[in-house]
Amino acid sequence: MIEIRFHGRGGQGAVTTGELLAKAAVSEGKWAQAFPAFGPERRGAPVLAFCRVSDERIRHRFQIKEPDIAVVLDPSLLEVLDPTKGLKPEGVLVVNTTLSAKELKKQHKFSCKVATVDASKIAHEILRLNITNTAMLGGLIKVSGLVRMESLDAPFKDRFGKIAENNLRACHRAYEEIKLEE
Amino acid sequence: MVKPADQWKWQELEPGFVVLAPGSAADYKTGDWKSEHPVWNESICIKCGLCHIYCPDIAVFQKSTGYFAGDYDYCKGCGICSQECPTGAISMVEGKE
Amino acid sequence: MSETAKGKVGIEVSLAVSEAVKQCDTDVISAYPITPQTHIVEHLAELVANGELDAEFIPVESEHSAMSVCAGSSAAGARTFTATASQGLALMAEIVYCVSAMRLPMVMVVANRSLNSPLSIWNDHGDVMMVRDSGWVQIFVENGQEAYDHVFWCFRVGEDAKVLHPVMLNMDGFIVTHVVEPIEFWSEDMVRKFLPPFKPVHRLDPEKPATFGAFGPPEIFTEAKMAQEHALMASMPVIEKAWDELFELCGRRYQPVESYRFEDAKILFVTMGSIGETARVAIDEMRETGEQIGLVSLRLWRPFPFARFKDAVRNAEVLVVIDRAIVFGGVGGPVAAELRSALYSEKKRPKVVNFIAGLAGRDVQPDDFWQMLERAKNRVAEGREDEFEIYGVRG
Repeated sequence: MIEIRFHGRGGQGAVTTGELLAKAAVSEGKWAQAFPAFGPERRGAPVLAFCRVSDERIRHRFQIKEPDIAVVLDPSLLEVLDPTKGLKPEGVLVVNTTLSAKELKKQHKFSCKVATVDASKIAHEILRLNITNTAMLGGLIKVSGLVRMESLDAPFKDRFGKIAENNLRACHRAYEEIKLEE
Repeated sequence: MVKPADQWKWQELEPGFVVLAPGSAADYKTGDWKSEHPVWNESICIKCGLCHIYCPDIAVFQKSTGYFAGDYDYCKGCGICSQECPTGAISMVEGKE
Repeated sequence: MSETAKGKVGIEVSLAVSEAVKQCDTDVISAYPITPQTHIVEHLAELVANGELDAEFIPVESEHSAMSVCAGSSAAGARTFTATASQGLALMAEIVYCVSAMRLPMVMVVANRSLNSPLSIWNDHGDVMMVRDSGWVQIFVENGQEAYDHVFWCFRVGEDAKVLHPVMLNMDGFIVTHVVEPIEFWSEDMVRKFLPPFKPVHRLDPEKPATFGAFGPPEIFTEAKMAQEHALMASMPVIEKAWDELFELCGRRYQPVESYRFEDAKILFVTMGSIGETARVAIDEMRETGEQIGLVSLRLWRPFPFARFKDAVRNAEVLVVIDRAIVFGGVGGPVAAELRSALYSEKKRPKVVNFIAGLAGRDVQPDDFWQMLERAKNRVAEGREDEFEIYGVRG
């Protein structure tokens, strides 16, 4: 079972990221579970969302404390929290950032594997919005190999309707551009 | 006539305590405890019908002659018909009927 | 023992529940929105508005009105559904009691949530415990598939001529309602086989006037309550039969009392609701270390399955009951109190240790089960199992 924790700000679609991944995984015959940490939500406040993907039935009904992958949708969050808290020793941190993995590790003293992609730039250029979730999903899939990219087509169409195509483009571009460093 | 409440066994009740035949005053003579009753003087009565309209119990009825009279099974002797009669044709007399 | 997710759809559980209500061809839905039930009723409103479900969706100004509408709707012979939680359930409480006494079939999903105060939107069983004595058939589900399957089951049981009761379908707010997970949907054919049309015994009918919700003076009230208790207990055979029929239909076996790795277990955790799933994760870990631990998870809460429960715990020495609600004034957990009462007259009965955990959705992890196990063992060793404990309270 792979456990993923998403860090975002309210209104950036962190919760949706997990849901899209879960739906894609289920369409491939896998077990998956996606849910947020609930709280009084407001735009801009830090938000946590979770996703589990497994070949075995998932009976876990609690928050993920030791994720395999932590995803940071908004780089400003790195100033207020430590996304690597509880991250498994072999875990990966996936960050939306303009910095390289090396620079990030130096700045924040991360000792884990780090994958970086400038999702904000991709979102800005394709969606004209700073909503990075669909781009980050592409980066996450490249790093984790959890689902096939084609499995995203139906959930995206269902969720985004007219803007599904642009979101898929952002997703695929981040898939290409993400860089993983050990 | 519906069985009184204290005679029902629990198994006899309808599901949800639905009552199919409610109690009804029609099964009883509700006027049998009055102490006085109205009497019409037909030589004064102008057949206006106000006694019938004002009776709170629908216990005043019109006879085939057009004059009005009391249904003493249900009339309780409240005296409203006598009070409201515009010609004073109705007197309240002691006794049930 | 690998169960496959093939053929299932990834969907938010609330939406799956709404889809099931649609598949039942429900006639009337009247509800007032309240977290965490909102996604259920919002989706139902959409399904009615876009014509996918031919039903009357009656928006009302409060939950009290919602349950009143449902009472009238069921009395008129319509298949009726509503959903609520917490304060909403509290607000409709007076009608909740009427509806069961009046034997009006309907299905109500309760997205279990704490009762104020303090104000909490998160999950626990405080709300349903408030109407524990209401006379409804009450069940608990642990995950999305169970939530979906039981919409059909609840209508099947409640509307059965030998039952005629409203049915409360409890699912943990957020923890079950708001999770996206794989659900296997029923085909139209399956629904048709399983759920016959609603044929009430008594119906509001101008051609045949009758009194619903009549006056009950001292001479007859006792008989009315005797009849009601008898009817609720008499629903047990239909409850079991409906689960058998469901198993025939889709291969999923549900029971009034679910057991997990219990046969040789000396210690049994007892849970109700989704916490039972996490318990199984913990028990598997414990079994690896040689602990003889199992789980009893109560699915049927009312009518209480005395015989099944006693059978499930017959070999246990200790029951560690985890309540997700508190009864103030020294009682502790309502489930533990119920179980102690059920076991009182047994010659051989396990010790009952009671923890109250997970209030207002506080996360309960497998680690917490390990801790509760340890604390339970200590209590039993010290002869202090009678005092209940609020697990994890700081201070």
